[in-house]
Amino acid sequence: MRRVIVSLIAVLFGIIAGAILMAVTGNSPIEGFSYLFQGGLKTIDRIGNTLATATPLIFTGLSVAFAFRTGMFNIGTPGQMLIGGLFATAIGLTVDIAKPLLLLLMIVAGFVGGALWAFIPGLLKAKFNVHEVVSTIMMNWVAYWTVYYVVPGYFKGEYLETESKKLPADSTLRSEFLSDLFNGSYINNGFILAIITTIIIAFIINKTTLGYQLKAVGFNKHAAEYAGMKVNRNIILSLLIAGGLSGLAGVAQYAGNADVMQIGIMPSQGFDGIAVALLGANAPFGVFFAAIFFGMLYAGTGFMSAMTDIPPEIANTIIAIIIYFAATSILIERMINWFIRGKKRKKEKLAGSKEGEQ
Amino acid sequence: MEYVVEMRNIRKEFPGVVANDNISLTLKKGEIHALLGENGAGKSTLMSILFGMYQPDSGSIYVRGKEVKISNPNVANELGIGMVHQHFKLVENFTVTQNIILGLEPKKGLHIDIESAAKRIEDLSKKYGLNVDPYAKIENISVGMQQRVEIIKTLYRNADILIFDEPTAVLTPMEIEELMEIMRNLVKEGKSIILITHKLKEIKAVADRCTVIRRGKTIGTVNVDEVSEEKLAEMMVGRHVSFKVEKEESKPGKTILKMENVSVRNKKKVLGLKNFDLEIRGGEIVGIAGVDGNGQTEIVEAITGLTKVEEGHIYLNDEDITHIPISERIKKGVAHIPEDRQKRGLVLDYTIGENMVLETYYKEPFSKRGLLNKKAILEYAEKIIENFDVRSGEGAHSKARGLSGGNQQKAIIGREIELNPDLLIAVQPTRGLDVGSIEYIHKRLVEHRDKGKAVLLISLELDEVLQLSDRIVVVNNGERVGELIAAETNENEVGLMMAGIGKEEKA
Amino acid sequence: MWTLIEQIFPYAIMFTVPLLITALGGLFSERSGVVNIGLDGLMIFGAFACAFSVAKLQPIMDNNILAIWLGLAIAMLVGILVSLLHAFAAVTLNADQVISGTAINLMAAAVTVYLARQITGSGNINIPEPFTPSNVKFLSDIPIIGDLFFTRAYPTTLLVIVILLLSAYALNKTAFGLRLKACGENPHAAEAAGVSVRKMRYIGVMISGAYSALGGAVMMVTYSGQFTGTVAGLGFLALAALIFGQWRPFGVLAATLFFGFATTVANVSQVIPQFQVIPPIFLKIFPYVVTLIALVLFSKSSRAPKAAGEPYDPSGR
Repeated sequence: MRRVIVSLIAVLFGIIAGAILMAVTGNSPIEGFSYLFQGGLKTIDRIGNTLATATPLIFTGLSVAFAFRTGMFNIGTPGQMLIGGLFATAIGLTVDIAKPLLLLLMIVAGFVGGALWAFIPGLLKAKFNVHEVVSTIMMNWVAYWTVYYVVPGYFKGEYLETESKKLPADSTLRSEFLSDLFNGSYINNGFILAIITTIIIAFIINKTTLGYQLKAVGFNKHAAEYAGMKVNRNIILSLLIAGGLSGLAGVAQYAGNADVMQIGIMPSQGFDGIAVALLGANAPFGVFFAAIFFGMLYAGTGFMSAMTDIPPEIANTIIAIIIYFAATSILIERMINWFIRGKKRKKEKLAGSKEGEQ
Repeated sequence: MEYVVEMRNIRKEFPGVVANDNISLTLKKGEIHALLGENGAGKSTLMSILFGMYQPDSGSIYVRGKEVKISNPNVANELGIGMVHQHFKLVENFTVTQNIILGLEPKKGLHIDIESAAKRIEDLSKKYGLNVDPYAKIENISVGMQQRVEIIKTLYRNADILIFDEPTAVLTPMEIEELMEIMRNLVKEGKSIILITHKLKEIKAVADRCTVIRRGKTIGTVNVDEVSEEKLAEMMVGRHVSFKVEKEESKPGKTILKMENVSVRNKKKVLGLKNFDLEIRGGEIVGIAGVDGNGQTEIVEAITGLTKVEEGHIYLNDEDITHIPISERIKKGVAHIPEDRQKRGLVLDYTIGENMVLETYYKEPFSKRGLLNKKAILEYAEKIIENFDVRSGEGAHSKARGLSGGNQQKAIIGREIELNPDLLIAVQPTRGLDVGSIEYIHKRLVEHRDKGKAVLLISLELDEVLQLSDRIVVVNNGERVGELIAAETNENEVGLMMAGIGKEEKA
Repeated sequence: MWTLIEQIFPYAIMFTVPLLITALGGLFSERSGVVNIGLDGLMIFGAFACAFSVAKLQPIMDNNILAIWLGLAIAMLVGILVSLLHAFAAVTLNADQVISGTAINLMAAAVTVYLARQITGSGNINIPEPFTPSNVKFLSDIPIIGDLFFTRAYPTTLLVIVILLLSAYALNKTAFGLRLKACGENPHAAEAAGVSVRKMRYIGVMISGAYSALGGAVMMVTYSGQFTGTVAGLGFLALAALIFGQWRPFGVLAATLFFGFATTVANVSQVIPQFQVIPPIFLKIFPYVVTLIALVLFSKSSRAPKAAGEPYDPSGR
C-alpha cells in the first residue's frame, strides 16, 4: 500500500514540475495539461490510441521489472526490442502461411530475438561477473547498427531507403474488430497480448517454483547457492525472459502499432520501460497501469502540441522527473512519516492535556 | 585523584533500543581498564561515544579533569584519545603509511610528504616493538600486523588514551601473548588503556580494574585481582552461569563422513587445505579447532560443494560425493549452518516461511509440478518456529530481515535440523548471540548427535569446541595437525597445536 | 600508409577528447564511491548549455573566440548544478545510484530539447562560429610529431590534456586524492580518519558533472557544431572506457584513444579504399564488441573501487 502512495506522490511531483516548466517558458500549465489529458482520453478513439501507445511500454516495463526482481538492471531493452522486431518483421515478410499461424510464429520469433540479445549479457554476468549495465548498453548499439545495415540490405522499403518493406496487413497484429470498437484507433491485438503476458508474468513471479528460485537468486545469490540453486543458470534464464519480453515489445511496435521498421532510431520505449518499472514498483500489475499512464501522456502530446506552443518533449520531461522522485522515494517516505508523526503528536498532546486537567 | 577519563551518566538511544542507559566509567592514568559485557550490552556504543563517532543523548565526559564535547574523531584525536577498532578500518590497496596518515597527511608544497611520514612510522614501530613495514600494502600483510598498524595509527596521532575493541578475536594464542606485552609496554610509557572484551581470561591476565555492563546499564566496577572469573561471568550475565554443557558420553556408530587427502584452493588461488583427512561417525560431535583462516572455511566448502576439490575424496555413507552438485549433497543428507547467517543462511527479503523451504521448495508437499503450495510451506514454517523458539513479529509472515540475530540463527538451525541430516555442519553457530540462545543451541546440537547422527562443529571459541565436541581435530595453516579426545585435553594443549607446535606425525 | 595515419590522426584525437574528459569525470565520481551512469545525460546538458550560450553570445560579442570559451565555462557550471541532483539522491538519500543516474539521462534528453524548441522551434541549435581546426605555429613544423598532433588541432585539446595532467597529479600525489580514493575503497576507514565521506562524494560527483558537461560542450564547438539533443551514446562509451582503463587516468587515456581511433576508422571507411573491403557494419560495431571483450578480460583482475555503488551507511560496521 505504501509503495502505491509513494508512486502516486512521485507522479504528482512530476506533474507539478511539468507545470512549473510550462509556466516558466511562457505557457499556461492549465491549458497544457488540459489538452494533454484530453488528447489521451477525451474520445474513445483517443483512449484506443493511448492503450496502443502503452502496449510496447507494458512489455518493456515488464522486462525491466522482471530483471529487477531477479537482481539485475536490464538497460538493454531498446536493443532487445529492435532485434525482436527485426526477427518478427523478417518472418512476416518472408514466410507465407495462414494468418493465425504466421502471427504466432512472429510472436515467438520476436520473443526469441529479444531473448537472444539478452543472452550475451546474461552469460557475461554469470560467468565473468561483468556488470549488465555496461554490457547491455553495448548490445543496444550493436543492435542499432545491425538494424541500420540489415534492413536496407535485405528488407528494403519500396519508397524510402530508411525504412523496411511494409508488412502486409494480414501479417500484423492489426485487428479490424478492435479498431472498429475504438472508433478507428490503431489499437491492435498487441494490447490483448500485453494483458495476457502481464497475467502470465505475475503468475510466474508469485506462484511458481521458477519465480521463487529467480527471486531468491536476485535477492541473495550467496544464499541461493548455499541452498543448492544453480545461480548461473538462473541469472541467464532471468535475462533471457526479460529480453524476450522486450522482444515482444518490438513485435507490438513494429508489427502492430506500425507496419515498418525505421533505421537509425533507438526506440525510446526501451528506456521508458525503466521508468514504467520503477513507477510500477516492479510489480506486474503496477507496471501495467504505469504503462497506461505514460501511454496517455505520450498519446496526448500530439493534441497538446497542435493546440499550444508547448514542445512535445514535455511528456518525456515529466516522465524523467517522475523517475527521479521515484528513485528518491525515500524522501517521500520520510515526508509521509513526518506527516504521520505530526498527527500522532497532536493526538498525544490532546490526550496529555486532558490528563493534566484531572 | 584525578581520572584521566571520566564518563558520567551517559545515555544513548537508537530507534527501538537504549544502548547506553545512565552508564558511568572512570579511567586512571597508567591503568588497563577492562570493559566487560555480552554481545549487544552496549560496550562498543559507549566507546564510540568516547571516540567521537556518536554523540550521547545526555551525560558528560571529562578528559583530564575538564569537561569536553567530542563531536567527531578529529576532536577525540586532539584530546589524545585513539581507538584500535575490532573491524579494522584499513584501505586494502593502500600502503601501511598511506593508511596511517589518512586525514593527517604531512605536506611538502602541494603534495604529500610520504618519506618523512614513513620515517616517523618506522621510529614509532621500533620504540614500541611493533614491527611494521611502512611500505607494505595492507592486502599483503598478516592480520596481526594489520592490527599493529591500527595501533600505530593512534600513536602517530599522539594518543595517550587508547581504546582496544575486542582485539583478540582475530589473533593466534601466541599473537595474543604478544599483544598483552605490547599493552604492558604502552602503559609503562605512560599511556592509559581501555580494553573492551568479553574474554574473562584476558581480563584476569592483563587488566587492573574492570567495569561490567549488562543490557546498557553499569553493573559495577571491580579490582580485577579481587574477583574470580565466575564472579565476573555472573555480573556479566545476571545469573549463575554454568559453562559446562550437559551431555552424556557419545556412543559412536558407523562412519558417516570420510575425507581422504582432500586439498582445496582458497580465494587467493593457493591451497587453503592440504591433504586433509577426517572421519566422523554417527552419534559423535567432532570439533575443528584452529585460528580463523587456517582451513576451516575450505573444509566446510569442500564438504558442502561450495568449492571445488582439487585432490582427494569425500565419502558420505560410503558414497563418493566429491564432485556432485550442492543440491545432490543436500538430498543425500548434508546440512549446513553457515558462518555468515545473513550472507549464506537467509534471503533477508524473503519471509521466514519462504526461507524455511530454501532447500526443499521443489519437493512435495511444498510444490507440485512447478506450482508452490503456500499453505504447506506456511505450516512447515510454523512448526519450525514453534519447535525452535523463533521469536518474530508476525510469525512465518515476518520478513527475515526484521528478526534479531539470535532468532535468525535459531530459524536457520531449525531448518537444517528439520532436514534430519546424517551430517550436520555447524560453523560458528553461536557467534554474536546472548547466553540464553547459546545454551539452547548447544542443547539442540547435542540432541541431534544423540539421534545417532554426525555433527561437525567449527568454532573460533575454544571453550565452545572443548565443551561440545567429543573429539577435536586441530588445523594449522591448512593442514591437519592432530587429534585429541575433548574430555582428556585442555586449552593449553589445543592452543599449542593451533599455533603449529606439537604436530602429529603422519603414519 | 603513412598519409593514411596522418589523415586519420587529427580526427581520432578530435573524437577522443570529449570522450576522455567525460571518462575522467566518471573516474572521479566512481573513485569517490558513487557510480555515475548519468554521464551521457550530463554531456547533453553541457552541450545544450554551451550551444545555447554561444548562439546567444556570439551575435552580441565582438570576440567570437571569447564567446566560445565563455560557453564552455557556462557548460561546466551547468554540469555541476545538474550533477547535484545525482549527488543529493545518491549520497544524502542513499538512493539506488544506477536509477538516479538513469533519471538524469532521461531528463537530459527531454528537458534540453524542450528548452531548445522554445528557442529555435526545431530543437536544434546551431553554433554560428565553432572552433576551426588550425595548425599550431612552429610546433606543426616539427617532423612526425608536428604532423600528428599539431596540425588541424583544436585549442580545447590542450585544455583537456592540461586537465588530465592536473587530475592525475591531484589523485595520486595530494592529500585530497588520497582521501577521495579512501572514500571509494573503504568509507568506514575514511570516516574514522576524520574525512567527511559525504563531502568527498559530493565533490567527486560535482567534478564528474563539470568534466562531462565540458565533454559535451567540446563536442559542440569542435566537430559537431550543432546541438541535436543527443551525443550518440558517447557518455556510455566513456563509462566503458573508464572500466577499460581500470579507473586510472592514463589507463583511461589509452582506452579513449583506442575508441577514438576505432570510431574514426569506422566513419572514414567509405572514403578510404583499404577499408572498403570490410562490410561497414563490422566497423561500426567494432568499438562495442571490443569493449565487451575487454570487460571479460578485465573481469578477473578488476580494480574497481571496492565501495563504488554501495550507499554509505555510517551505522554499519
